[in-house]
This record gives sequence, C-alpha cells and structure tokens, in this order.
Amino acid sequence: MKLLRLIPSDTNFDFLRFKKIAFIFSTIIIIGTFISLLINNLNYGIDFKGGILLELRSNTSNSANIDDLRKKVSTLNAGEVSIQNFGKETDFLVRIQKQDGDQKQQIAMIEKVKSLTSKDYTVRRSEFVGPVVGDELKTAGMLAVSLALLSIMVYIWFRFEWQFSIAAIIALTHDVLTTVGLFSILQLEFNLATIAAILTTAGYSINDTVVIFDRVRENLRRYKSKDHYFIYNKSINETLSRTVITSVTTLIALFIIFFFGGAVLSDFALAMIWGVLIGTFSSIFVAVSLLTFFNINKGDKVDDQSNIPEYERNN
Amino acid sequence: MKSLSKIRIILILFSVFLGLLYAAPNFFSSSVQNNSFNFLPGKKINLGLDLKGGSYLLLKADMEVVFAEKLESLTSDIRSTLRKAKIGYKKLSVKEDYVSFEMRTGSSVEQIKSAILKLDKNLIIEINTNNFQIKFSDANKQKITKTTMAQAIEIVRRRIDETGTNEPSIQQQGIDRIIVQLPGLDDPSRIKKLLGKTAKLNFQLVHPTILSEDINKDSKSPPGYVVLEEDKNSDRLYMVNKRIMVSGEMLKDATPTFDRNNSPSVSFQLSPLGGKKFGRVTGKHVGRAFAIVLDGKVVSAPVIQTQIFSSGQITGAFSVQETNDLALVLRSGALPAPMIILEERSVGPGLGSDSISSGKIASIIGLIAVMVFMLITYGIFGVFANIALFCNIIFIIALLSLIQATLTLPGIAGIVLTMGMAVDANVLIFERIKEEFNAGRKIVDAIEAGFQRAISTIIDANLTTLFAALALFSFGSGPIKGFSVTLMIGIATSMFTAIVITKYLVLFYSKKKNINNILF
Repeated sequence: MKLLRLIPSDTNFDFLRFKKIAFIFSTIIIIGTFISLLINNLNYGIDFKGGILLELRSNTSNSANIDDLRKKVSTLNAGEVSIQNFGKETDFLVRIQKQDGDQKQQIAMIEKVKSLTSKDYTVRRSEFVGPVVGDELKTAGMLAVSLALLSIMVYIWFRFEWQFSIAAIIALTHDVLTTVGLFSILQLEFNLATIAAILTTAGYSINDTVVIFDRVRENLRRYKSKDHYFIYNKSINETLSRTVITSVTTLIALFIIFFFGGAVLSDFALAMIWGVLIGTFSSIFVAVSLLTFFNINKGDKVDDQSNIPEYERNN
Repeated sequence: MKSLSKIRIILILFSVFLGLLYAAPNFFSSSVQNNSFNFLPGKKINLGLDLKGGSYLLLKADMEVVFAEKLESLTSDIRSTLRKAKIGYKKLSVKEDYVSFEMRTGSSVEQIKSAILKLDKNLIIEINTNNFQIKFSDANKQKITKTTMAQAIEIVRRRIDETGTNEPSIQQQGIDRIIVQLPGLDDPSRIKKLLGKTAKLNFQLVHPTILSEDINKDSKSPPGYVVLEEDKNSDRLYMVNKRIMVSGEMLKDATPTFDRNNSPSVSFQLSPLGGKKFGRVTGKHVGRAFAIVLDGKVVSAPVIQTQIFSSGQITGAFSVQETNDLALVLRSGALPAPMIILEERSVGPGLGSDSISSGKIASIIGLIAVMVFMLITYGIFGVFANIALFCNIIFIIALLSLIQATLTLPGIAGIVLTMGMAVDANVLIFERIKEEFNAGRKIVDAIEAGFQRAISTIIDANLTTLFAALALFSFGSGPIKGFSVTLMIGIATSMFTAIVITKYLVLFYSKKKNINNILF
C-alpha cells in the first residue's frame, strides 16, 4: 500500500527567512484587531451583556416567515430586537435586549414573546441572563484566560529557560488576540462557548509550541558548534511533519463539528479552526522567531543529557 | 522494555476490559439494559440539561430586605431590653442601616452598652455624645445570611417538590444564591411564579374608624398604623394596624376550595397555638374588619362576624389556578427572603434530542475520518494508533460514566476534538521513530528511542494543555465546565493509550514479524 506523505521526511526550509514578513503580517492582524475592536467592538451574546434569547421553530414547515415573526415581535416594543435564521429554514433565534426596569420586567418579556408566538412556533430554547450575571461572567472569562496564560508561562519557565517562556507567552497572546479579532471583524456572537474555544485554542497552540521548543532544547545541546539560526530552522523542519499531521487530524475533527455538530456548535468550531491555523502559524513564525532575539546559552546544560539515550550521550 | 512483560500485558487488557464494562451501559437503551444486561456495574453518562432538556434557574436571595426586617426586630428587642433595665431613651427608630436612639440624661453609657451587647455580642455600637447608633457587624450579617439561605433552600425545595417535578436539584451557590435545575421541564413559568412570592401571610386588624374611602396614598397614618394596597386593585387602600395578630408560621394546612358563592378560595387551618391566639383577638373585636395581608398587600379584609378559632377561608378575586398556587405556597411556608431570578435557561426536549443526534453523528464521522487519515498515513502503525484511539474513546466514556460527570453539548465537541488531538501523541512517537530510523538506527532501536524521546515532549505538551483546561474548569459555568471535564479526561486517557497501548502493540508487532524496515 502506498502511504500518504504530507511532508517529506527530510525537509530543509529556511523558515526564519520569512521572519520579517511574518512579523509584519502578525503586526497587521493585531492592529486590525484593535481597530476593529474600537470600531465594531464585540458582538456580545446575552451571556455577557444580559438579555433574552429564544430559539423558535415554526410549526408549519413551509410557511416559516422571518418578516412575519419580526412584525409580531415588534408589537411588543421590546427595544432592540434581532431575529435571524438559525441552522434551518424553520428555526429562528430571537434576541431581545435587556428590558428597562427590574428582573420582573425581563421575566415578563419572555412570557410575552412565548404567548405571542405559541400558536405558530415551538419554543426550543429560552434563555435570560441578568446584567449582574453578565458582568460576572465577563470578569470570570477574562480571569480564566489570564490565569491560563500565566500558569502556562510559569510552567514553561520552569521546564525551559525564561527566554522560551517569554516567546511562548507572546505567541499565545497573539493567538488569543487575533481570535478575538476574528470575532470582532466577522461580528460573530461572542459568548461563553467562545471563551471555551479561545482557551482550547490556547491549549492547542501551546502544545504545538512546546513540541518545537522541546526539539530546540534538544538540538541546542546536540549541535553546540552550530549557530542558533541553524538550530532553530532544523528544529522546525524536524518537527514539521508532526506539526502538519496533527493540525490535519484536529482540523478534520473540527470541520466535522462545524458541518455536522448542529447550529449551536458551528461558531465554536469556526473559532477553533481559526485557532488551530493561527496557533500553528504562531508556533513557527512567532514563538521560534522570537527566540532569535535572545542569545540562549548552549553551554550551561552540558551535563544534562538525561533524556538522551545512553548509546548517544557525550557525542 | 525489550521483553514484553506478561503482567503488564494482563494489566493493560484488564484496564481495557474495565473500560468496556463501564462504558457499555451507554450503548444500550435503559429497557434493554434492565432486561438483558443488568449485570453491568456502571451507570449511563449523566446528560446536561442542554442535552436532555430542562430548566436552569439562578436565584438570588434579596438579603437587603432581610437585613431591613432584622433591623426592625432588633429595634423592638432594644426597646424591651431598655425598658426592662429601666433605662431612659427617646427617638428610637430605624435609620438607613442602623438603629438610632437618644439616651435620656441620667443613664449610664456603659449600662446601655452592656445591655445591648447582651442581645448579641457582635453588634456594633457607635456613640456620639448621647446619640446611639447600633449596626449589624459582618459576623451578624453572615449569620443572618447563613440561616436565611438554609431556610430558603428548604422552602424552595418544598415548593418545587409539591409541583411534582422529577428529580429537581436545588443547591446553594456562593453566599446568597441558589441554583435550581429541573430536568425535563422546559417551561418553568409556574415554578417562577411559585418562587416569586415570599408568601408571608399575616392577619392584621384594620383601623376601626379610618375607612378605605377616607384615605389616599399620601394619607398620614396614626402611630402604630400603616397604609397598605389591595392585592388586585392598587387604588384601594387600607389603614392597617402594624401589630400582627397571627402570622403564616402558625398555619397548619391550606387547601384550595370554593366559598359559599362558589368562587375559588383557600381554606386554612391554624396550629393549636395560632388558633388560641386568633380566637382571643377575634373574640375581642367582633364587628371590626381584619386584613389578610400577603407579602405586604391586602388580599381581603372581611369583618369579624363571630369569634374564629382554628380555621377559616381566604377569599379574593382568585382564579382556580391562583388558589391552587396560594394554597401550595402557604403550605410550604414563607420564604425568608424575596427571590430574584438572575439567570434562566430552558431547553425543550426537541432541541435536546436534536443536539444528541447531531453530536452522535459528528462523533462517529469524526472518529472514522481521523482513523482513515491515520491509516493512509501510517499503514499498519496507523492501525495501532487507531486501536489506541478507539480504546481512548472507550476510556473517556467509561470515566465520564464512572465519575458521573455531566456531559454537555460543548462536552461532545470536546470528545470529537480530543479524537483529533489524541492522535498527536502517536504522531509524535511515529515521527520520532521514523527520524531515528532514517538517522541509521536499527528498527528495534529506532522504536525504543522513538518512544523514549517522544514521551517527555508528550508530557510537556499535554501538561500545558491541561493548564488551559483547568482554567476553563475554574471559570466554569454549566456547559463550559462540562467541556473542560471531557477535555481533561481526554488528555489523561490519550496519554495512557498512546504511551502504553500503542507501545505494546508496536513492540509486539515488531518482535513477531521481525521487521527490519520502516513501514511508513
């Protein structure tokens, strides 16, 4: 059987030659993220800004009409309302802003929409998030992302040299920021699931970075006579096949969630697909490229050959 | 490592067997399992509300209201204490968040202080010349909150139980919040209505001469009286005595019924003590009206025709449903604090089952696609990776069932994602083996070196991912927590399957076939 080979086994690309272009590219998308955040902000879902969400399915499969639904809901004077198709022709998402007044007004509005639409639609899901909870979730979300970044940084600092941990954390922040940017530019709904997607992306990206760093560390000990530039390039090349294959299997899984996982998960999958792509890019072009700015000492680990097999030590 | 230890192989096979055993219940419908497979030890995975349908409510007890009430009762406690100790005071009243009074000349500050601290040693007393301000300390407030919450949870549980909801879960969250989960109930409006009432019932006398017709909202009330609205008609007002004749705590039972005019009403029974008290007051005030006050509003104000003892009827402009609910909340007792709904999420059964089926489809297609990819990339080694992947899925399902973690829709996404990421450990190992072989090592040495060197990378890479999952878990609200749990379990099982299962398969194969060339 002829086996698939995505990457030949002995590649020798000069990845670091594209360092400048990659930095320019990264800078542009990060600036783009900030500009988009200033102009568009994020399309916060009700998890974060509070409000009401209803998922409705038309009882009669062919007469589902978004305009009709709009007209009905507009009679409620509920303020800012958004109605969109969701997954299927007959399914709709109705989002209603937080109502003036106390919690009772919010709850009453859900009941109003339900009774208004109960004849023609089935309520598949209804959610209400009060502003207090929304703010708390926002804080908790930011805390979780920061906590994750910090703990990863500390771990890498202990396992590698401090320079690695700086490079890794910059690459990781880059991934998180650009994923947020994607949500801002495309105005995708930014909700709890998005935070989960961002953190998982961070986990994937750091995984990728650590694999390459691991090899850099090993090669720094092995090729003491070579310069850093050679060692970094060699490390990326040696791990390239693995990087690509793992990205492909993960992307296969994600695309399948995107297409078959239902409407609720599709944005989640999209965020992760972007995350895997940007995470793979940043491991090579941000994390490793950043190492070139440090002069990492090759000599101070002479005696540490513990994870090199016996027959190969002291060569 | 070169010899395949028999004990280890047996241990591995045993762990796979255990995995299969605990995962098995999830592949049968409950009825099939009960009939033919009731020997299976485990339970099915616990599905989240987003998959099985149901409602989630996050309630907050309005503690400010409780503190205000406690301040009122502290005031009367202080009054009686000072009187008993024969200490002169004036202008005793509740201000914003403290009780204030002035000491009359001739009283001793120390005497007052010790008298008040005898009530509760944690109270905070501030003294400005002769003005006293008494506040609750944090310790007081904590204690009040604790007892209030314990009571509130009990009452919430009773009310929900009375509606006959299946397996409700009612838990405290944080300091003053309650999470209510109602599986299978996709429209919680009745529950919300039931929890929306504190249902504090009081019987209070109405002023004998100041009639409803004489008062408006700005009317001044004579000392000891207060103006209250009627429940169904806020324009109708009553001048009601502040003193409570009998309160809802003395209620023994309440049932919905119909009055003489055949309109819905609630009949109640008082406890022996309550009946005695009620009889004494009603006997003294025949001909006078008394107000039935529910949550600060007058339900009705009948005139006392004759002395009433232990039972009576509450009439008002009720519907049948309203009398049912009123009787229910009166029976279950008053909530010690008003409940505010902070968050509500309900999923109907249709969406839940749709999510399950799309989750199943995504998982199966995902598994097949990843397996095919591994097969065409690594050939026979791909088969080993696929066996490991399959075991991995079994272990995830088994562990989720065993610890009864809640599987949510994002959790299913987590499993599918794990399939994609789990093969990473195998990929790392295989790529390393290939490198070592290409560097001129013999195949057996290459395999050994490949495993040995890849392991430290695998551990580093997975541990860092674990940190992200832990952050998710600590952040965790409902579905997200479920996602992080599956992710963490996936990380652990994929390390085990890749490092142990794949390794033994590869070693077994390379020994048996005596291969001398790399196969991928």
